[in-house]
Amino acid sequence: MANYINQFFFGIYPYIAITVFFVGSLLRYDRDQYTWKASSSQLLSKKDMRLGSNLFHIGIIMLFFGHLMGLLTPHWAYHFVLTAGQKQMMAMTAGGIFGITCLIGMILLIRRRMLDARIKATSQPTDLPILLILFVQLVLGLLTIPASAQHPDGNSMLALASWAQHLVTFQGDAASYVAGEALIFKAHLVLGLTIFLVFPFTRLVHVWSVPVQYLVRSGYQIVRKRG
Amino acid sequence: MKIRAQIGMVLNLDKCIGCHTCSVTCKNVWTSREGMEYAWFNNVETKPGIGYPRNWENQDTWNGGWKLSGGKLKPKMGGKLRLLSKIFANPDLPQIDEYYEPFTYDYEHLQKAPASRTTPTARMRSAITGQRMEKPDWGPNWEEILGGEFSKRSKDSNFEAIEKEIYGQFEHTFMMYLPRLCEHCLNPTCVAACPSGAIYKREEDGIVLIDQDKCRGWRMCVSGCPYKKIYFNWQSGKSEKCTFCYPRIEAGDPTVCSETCVGRIRYLGVMLYDADRIGEAASATDEEDLYQAQLDIFLDPNDPAIIAQARKDGVPDSWISAAQQSPVYKMAMDWKVAFPLHPEYRTLPMVWYIPPLSPIQGAAEKGQLESNGVIPDVSKLRIPVRYLANLLTAGKEAPVVEALQRMIAMRAYMRARTVDGVNATEILEQVGLDEATLDDMYRIMALASYEDRYVIPTNHREYAGKTPFDNEIAFEQRSACGFSFGNGCSDGATKTSLFGGPTHKNTLSGKPRVVKE
Repeated sequence: MANYINQFFFGIYPYIAITVFFVGSLLRYDRDQYTWKASSSQLLSKKDMRLGSNLFHIGIIMLFFGHLMGLLTPHWAYHFVLTAGQKQMMAMTAGGIFGITCLIGMILLIRRRMLDARIKATSQPTDLPILLILFVQLVLGLLTIPASAQHPDGNSMLALASWAQHLVTFQGDAASYVAGEALIFKAHLVLGLTIFLVFPFTRLVHVWSVPVQYLVRSGYQIVRKRG
Repeated sequence: MKIRAQIGMVLNLDKCIGCHTCSVTCKNVWTSREGMEYAWFNNVETKPGIGYPRNWENQDTWNGGWKLSGGKLKPKMGGKLRLLSKIFANPDLPQIDEYYEPFTYDYEHLQKAPASRTTPTARMRSAITGQRMEKPDWGPNWEEILGGEFSKRSKDSNFEAIEKEIYGQFEHTFMMYLPRLCEHCLNPTCVAACPSGAIYKREEDGIVLIDQDKCRGWRMCVSGCPYKKIYFNWQSGKSEKCTFCYPRIEAGDPTVCSETCVGRIRYLGVMLYDADRIGEAASATDEEDLYQAQLDIFLDPNDPAIIAQARKDGVPDSWISAAQQSPVYKMAMDWKVAFPLHPEYRTLPMVWYIPPLSPIQGAAEKGQLESNGVIPDVSKLRIPVRYLANLLTAGKEAPVVEALQRMIAMRAYMRARTVDGVNATEILEQVGLDEATLDDMYRIMALASYEDRYVIPTNHREYAGKTPFDNEIAFEQRSACGFSFGNGCSDGATKTSLFGGPTHKNTLSGKPRVVKE
């Protein structure tokens, strides 16, 4: 039974979540692009936005790329410069710094969303839940730091990276890598996958629309030809 | 040279009576929806005053428009990287209270109130939260006819370089109306500031629109526009703006604000301009040269070389002939009586204004008008010329003085002709006009018949597709769903949306928060 649960959550659930993530996003983009937006509420209430939103976004973006690179870079690609232990140390430090940054921002934003009458009245049903899910996920992530500190050799980190790399390369045995890991890591993984699962149904879709093309657009003006 | 055509507008402030008909008809057509109650694509402000949203002209506060940095044009908010750094929390975005919190009234209470000694009243509720509001404290015409203290209104940026204290005194006070709408600029900062590339200028008529599907609600355009004429729809999370009533313009009809103007102050006409010189015109080093720089890129539609080039650049013949009769061209270029609003923003706006004449100062006390030659001296007008110049020519007074003189001369000449029966050509000579030009000015500016005010060529079928029988125009669009938002044309019938539906509905009904069925 334990094996089945492990196989489901770390071998099958990831594919369900990622599939919904991609297909759901594509459908929403195609069918309902009018709902595709950042959902900014700054117009209604500026208070705490400058600090809260900036800290939150900077923190979470750094965490996202930290995870992406940390999990998906194969060991052979860096082991000649970094030992696993050093890499883990780096991950814990950077994760800690940006985790706290994000946490402060998020607390401000949650408070705003729960207490400001205008923000409350105009919230989509998913706005607060997704914020709370991200909050719990962030707290779980921060709690993995002391757990990792127990074994600084980096083996847990390598196991998690192998899990992710075997998942994305469809090797079928991914779940076995995390079977023996601490519960806190597992909870962080499952909730993380859940965020991918609900992503297309929340305001998070604006992440897809990071306006990088703005930087490479030639000049400033846009003139559209008809027909 | 690359010739493009644009539908421009001129508003003759000398005839504006401040009735707000333009604002109300515009609102009823475009912005009476949830999320847009606070937005007025067209509003009429009383000047001097700080306007709507508060202090919109103060670009030290809002950072709208362009700046020259090292000879290059950059949005005042900053270049692309700097602008993107503001995306998480935009420090240049006004909060809704700078416009006003939208509200409705407890209408139902009037019908259902129990018997009482006093008449029941319908009190205010916020259209956003549904909470009780005691009173509004700002709005699109808050300073109506000089409402409020002078000390507050005098924060108006157009008082720059004016000893303004004197104008707070009753006997020196002055006022004018300023109807405002999107300027459909040649060099729009909203377009430049949009990270998604959702805002664009239409090539065929210059109308600036926001693609509602492509808008991601990064809200940079709201700050970029120095006229604060882009509004963030708090319900849809997308920005919206004046559309110049493009469905009407395409059909050859005037915009709703123009059509319903009871004072007949609005004019619509085609302007041809050289699109290759936009950057050059907007980068004039001295702000006072910007008005002339914009005039310099407008092209003479009667010049055979221009006509040939315009044809080559794809401007249809009907548009060229409309440009030849354009009242906008006549007022801006031939008679030089119309001016752009705040050219110092470097956006090259295309809604222009004829400055208002005002009563002669001190005429009452002296019992007669002081004259400068044969026409009254414009420096004696109640509205300081410098104030108008700050509004219309970045502070350069000479063009405004000339325009006012021509308008006074037109009055004096026509008065002499119709009342005294005298052909007072010496008046015309003084302002450099001939009789034929004056007759034309009189016909268009004073009589202002419908046909003279609106010279709008219908949009060309060629613009919509390859042939008139293009499948897309002739069949697919026929009997389609028309103007709608998002998936308005979808066959989907489920009430709940997986991707989140509106939270508010019919917010001006008196029950703003009765939402979900």
